[in-house]
Amino acid sequence: MSKLKLIIIREYLAKVRNKSFVVMTFLSPILMVGMIVLIAYLTKLNDNEKRIITVLNESDYFSNSFYASESLSYIEFKNLSFEEAKDSTLAMGTYGLLYIPKRDDLEATANSTFLYTKESPVSLVLQRLDNIFQNRLRQSRLQQLGVTAKDFANIEQDFELSTATFEGQKNIKGINEIKAGIGGAFGYLIMMFIIIYGGFVMRSVIEEKTSRIIEVIISSVKPFQLMLGKIIGTSLAGITQFAIWILSASILLFVSLWILDMEMDTIPTNSMLTTTTFTNMTNAQPEVSDLELYTAEFLKIPWVLLVCSFLVYFVLGYLIYSSIYAAIGAAVDNETDTQQFIFPIILPLMLAIYVGFFSVFSNPHGPIAVGFSLFPLTSPIVMLMRLPGGLGEGGVPIWQLLVSITLLIITFLGIVWFAAKIYRVGILMYGKKPTYRELYKWLNY
Amino acid sequence: MNHILVAENVSKNFGRHTALSNISLKIPENCIYGLLGPNGAGKTTLIRIINQITHPDSGRVFLNGEPLAPHHIATIGYLPEERGLYKSMKVGEQALYLAQLKGLSKTEAKKRLYYWFDRLEIGNWWNKKIQELSKGMAQKIQFIVTVLHEPKLLIFDEPFSGFDPINANKIKDEILELKKKGTSIIFSTHRMESVEELCEYIALLHKSEKILDGKLSEIKNAYKNHTYAVGLQLNENGASLLEDLKAKFAINESTFNDDEKQLDLTLRLPNEDTSAVLNYLSSKANVNHFQEMIPSANDIFIQTVNSKSQ
Repeated sequence: MSKLKLIIIREYLAKVRNKSFVVMTFLSPILMVGMIVLIAYLTKLNDNEKRIITVLNESDYFSNSFYASESLSYIEFKNLSFEEAKDSTLAMGTYGLLYIPKRDDLEATANSTFLYTKESPVSLVLQRLDNIFQNRLRQSRLQQLGVTAKDFANIEQDFELSTATFEGQKNIKGINEIKAGIGGAFGYLIMMFIIIYGGFVMRSVIEEKTSRIIEVIISSVKPFQLMLGKIIGTSLAGITQFAIWILSASILLFVSLWILDMEMDTIPTNSMLTTTTFTNMTNAQPEVSDLELYTAEFLKIPWVLLVCSFLVYFVLGYLIYSSIYAAIGAAVDNETDTQQFIFPIILPLMLAIYVGFFSVFSNPHGPIAVGFSLFPLTSPIVMLMRLPGGLGEGGVPIWQLLVSITLLIITFLGIVWFAAKIYRVGILMYGKKPTYRELYKWLNY
Repeated sequence: MNHILVAENVSKNFGRHTALSNISLKIPENCIYGLLGPNGAGKTTLIRIINQITHPDSGRVFLNGEPLAPHHIATIGYLPEERGLYKSMKVGEQALYLAQLKGLSKTEAKKRLYYWFDRLEIGNWWNKKIQELSKGMAQKIQFIVTVLHEPKLLIFDEPFSGFDPINANKIKDEILELKKKGTSIIFSTHRMESVEELCEYIALLHKSEKILDGKLSEIKNAYKNHTYAVGLQLNENGASLLEDLKAKFAINESTFNDDEKQLDLTLRLPNEDTSAVLNYLSSKANVNHFQEMIPSANDIFIQTVNSKSQ
């Protein structure tokens, strides 16, 4: 059996048999699902809360403006003074008191209206009340211009611009975000994997150093073999863990949602409901043709390309970062010394994620997005976020993908050479506080 | 004479620091070769070069007449000074892993491990983790792992550290046994009494240079200065006899024990004519002992290193 294979097997078993690893593997899905269920449950609770606003209307306006909605209803006080209304509101324990004083005209009335609440009001309530006033004011101004209330009701019209490409294909709203979201999920997966398992590689190297077994081993194998075997073995353990997570999490999620009698789609729709204001409560359900469009668009995402490039970027990106982690582990004597080196590694990863979520979402082919998808330390994440838009026309130009991968491969070779050198020297160094200058010297050993 | 290892003009620098400068060594087959020197002399660097852990900047190393190559790793066994084992790995598994890295098959490694475990009385440790063992026990495992693949050349760096005297003795016997079976052994240590006991050849490194090497007995002969230790049993006071002796011979030091009437002295005989001295002495007193003082390895070590340092 080849030595590399032996090392990979040992590293894999050492990781997989580790107690904390086992605990993490089986506890995380439970925690994750627990969290999702909790959030879903809380959102449901939140949504059920019905707030009541008392209204003291002394003016001649707004008499028919307050309609109860699913989560907000109104009680109108009649013939009470402001103080009495306040006391009654407090006594009734309703959410707040809306006081509309008597003024000469509508504008003045609106301007002197106040909402009194115990604590600062939630945005949902404010938004609805604002809407009522805005609507009423708009209506009144239009009336002054000669538009009747009936006409005004007819004017109200939701509108959304339909867009299409020059080929005549109808575009649908939000598909760019969805695409970027899918790419983002891949990119995020890579980042998490690098941070978690890169750290494992580093700790494993430190362990070999502190237990002083390293010299025994490298009298049998080349340091590079050991480093490579360690990286591969650890990542295989990581893939095992991820597979278990995804599998058990989906089973658990399904089971627990079933038990809680919640339909799968309550989770996304909840959040949509809360932002919908009652003026445009008009049916927001996409039409059947739209649904078909979404499906078509979804199927049009180049899955084969995406999965293939995910594999390429994942393997190269992970190897680059984990060999740096291995070099760091070799350079230090204990984990506390690693901090100064870890930060510069995490930085490009974080940058990639932020750039991805801000720049790529808004414009997948803007200069920032292109730049970061070519730069080797960020390209595994950023390019994957751009790729769901397709390759070639309308998507990522082919040359960009090629340049990005070429740069990544060159960097990969350079970094691995560099890391292997640091590693080779570092594993036999004890008691030296590594500085960047010291590391530079090691390159010449 | 065949040489298991020949180093020719080996030099190694770490940055501006010179670890080895122009070292040449010839290590004969089937002997125990002591590699001595103060801390930082370059012993570990030389050993690491032999193990191909580091590579020399210049110079060549031959193993069994062939230039050092990767496949030689399987023919060398190395017990480093900085040694340890995976703490959370089981003894048997770990030993198997390390043996397989040296090129043994799993079944063969298992067979030999059982033999050695039996030999060194490590019966039921197979499934124990290293962290559950005492330091001495772990050292035994470490020793077994080093010799398991039956290397032609064994390199021990401070092999006895971590052993109690009984087990140290056991390990010493095992080393001698391995030598008897034809293994060549390089032995690096600060413990001079074990050098005296085990080594036939030594090399002394100091500040990255080789300052002395050769057969230990020859080196000792070269370093002896014809001094003899003498013990005399007298009947009367020794003062007059001492005066007498001082006039005739070069007496270095002397002590006289009044109660026992015992006179101990050392004297130098540049011409090595011992019979005349003995004749004279036995005519004057009872000779308890008369022995040539041969410098110990320790004396030679300290003397050479100090003379070089000045």
